Amino acid sequence: MAGGELGTRVQRWFLPAVALGLAVLLGLTLVGPRRGRSEVILATTTSVDDSGLLDVVIPAFTAGSGIAVRVVAVGTGQALAYARRGDADVVLVHAPEAELEFVAQGHGVERRPVMYNEFVLVGPAADPAGVRGLKSLAGALERLAAAAAGGASGRAGGGPAPPVRFVSRGDRSGTHLAELDLWRAAGLDPAGFDRAWYLEVGAGMAETLTLASERGAYTLADTSTFVAWRSRLALEVLVAQEPPLKNPYHVIAVNPARHPRVNHAGALALIEFLTSERGRAIIREFGRERYGEPIFRLEAGGQVGPP
Amino acid sequence: MTEALRLLVSLDPELWGIVLLSLGVSGTAVLLSALLGVPAGAALALWEVPGAAWVARFTYTLMGLPPILAGLVVFLVLSARGPLGHLQLLFTPTAMVLAQTLLVLPIVTGLTLAGVRSKDRAIRELALSLGATQWQAAWRVVLEARRAIGAALMAGFGRAIAEVGAVMLVGGNVRGHTRVMTTAILLETRQGNFEVAIGLGLVLLAVAFAVNAAFYRWQEGA
Repeated sequence: MAGGELGTRVQRWFLPAVALGLAVLLGLTLVGPRRGRSEVILATTTSVDDSGLLDVVIPAFTAGSGIAVRVVAVGTGQALAYARRGDADVVLVHAPEAELEFVAQGHGVERRPVMYNEFVLVGPAADPAGVRGLKSLAGALERLAAAAAGGASGRAGGGPAPPVRFVSRGDRSGTHLAELDLWRAAGLDPAGFDRAWYLEVGAGMAETLTLASERGAYTLADTSTFVAWRSRLALEVLVAQEPPLKNPYHVIAVNPARHPRVNHAGALALIEFLTSERGRAIIREFGRERYGEPIFRLEAGGQVGPP
Repeated sequence: MTEALRLLVSLDPELWGIVLLSLGVSGTAVLLSALLGVPAGAALALWEVPGAAWVARFTYTLMGLPPILAGLVVFLVLSARGPLGHLQLLFTPTAMVLAQTLLVLPIVTGLTLAGVRSKDRAIRELALSLGATQWQAAWRVVLEARRAIGAALMAGFGRAIAEVGAVMLVGGNVRGHTRVMTTAILLETRQGNFEVAIGLGLVLLAVAFAVNAAFYRWQEGA
């Protein structure tokens, strides 16, 4: 029977054909998409990537320079760890102490400030700890801890006050380190806090804000993430310090003397662009249209010197 | 790596709390999935219900449900602005169990279905010819498929204990409350502590091995 014969023939060829197809696919994956010579790998923090700034800045850079950028958004510690292994060409992070150590160890060169945001204490509108309007973050945290420990609401008026809770990033991020500095300035050690009110989440800023909002808790937030997420949160800025507690972002090129395979020329071009008048103008305007205020700030008056 | 092993050996209470919560959450999710999924899978295999083939296809599709999607669904339902927000279950182990059950249930149902179907006809006819009722014959088939069902439960446990997307989203990785092995590994990785992360990964594998070994022994003994 012709039909049967054909069927057997098809069956006989079926498996080898599938195997060949898979082998071709595998080969394409291995030899196909390679890193272009002119491509730059930028390791940055999730806070920068989540803001959407890079979706505006990077295309502008690529259009002008012809250099493609691959953005890897991770934690600050992870970004610096990538750079230490030579897996990234340039980093954009916000942890001044870790950055200085990174440069001092010879891993980074050309560290330059790019932009900053501000750390503020956000919390529920009811403000059970009564910190609204204070001008010192450390003072606010001190009052908050006292209210949480003593159950004192810090407010006049009757009725049971809602519980005072604080959510900490707990992930050794720049924001978490700033929070630990503030507790130290207040003369307190979070290691001794009752976990019933002091929650360490070990998550990103957006997740931490969401948790604080759901639990009616306070948290230390950077203004960039807070402004972008505000419409989805039942939280308000309660304490903004005078003068502001700044959270500066620096860009650092990976040292080519230490890691010969990095794309140093591309890294320098990206650093030039981020600190140029054109790059600064894009950063200054970013977010104004969508959120009514810029997401990141720049030091007034042109180029800022090294800190 | 040595750091994580040292903590484990020294019975570090925080690490053991994380290990126990991982086992508790994933174990409960598998238990719930077994209670719902084994009867559902067996019923789908044994009875000619109209539309059963489509339910089976749908179940097999859900076996590939992305954890982050399962987590997002549970998050939106339990969020303060969601339909069950008043229960205040978000960022609790209960929420993590719900999300993982969503992931494990299709696997247990689908693999039970496949396992029972492979045993079905001959055993059932034999049992009926020996004078068993329809229910007794069905029970016989399920008993014969117990190895396949055991494999289904272990596959489900493997998926639950290994996933990070769902528990991160609905648990929040709160230290001392909802931190499990996988979210602890993610946290260490994000901080660039690769050695500790790998060490925790080895601990996770050791725990999974112990559970599998115990289950295998129990199943072979039964």
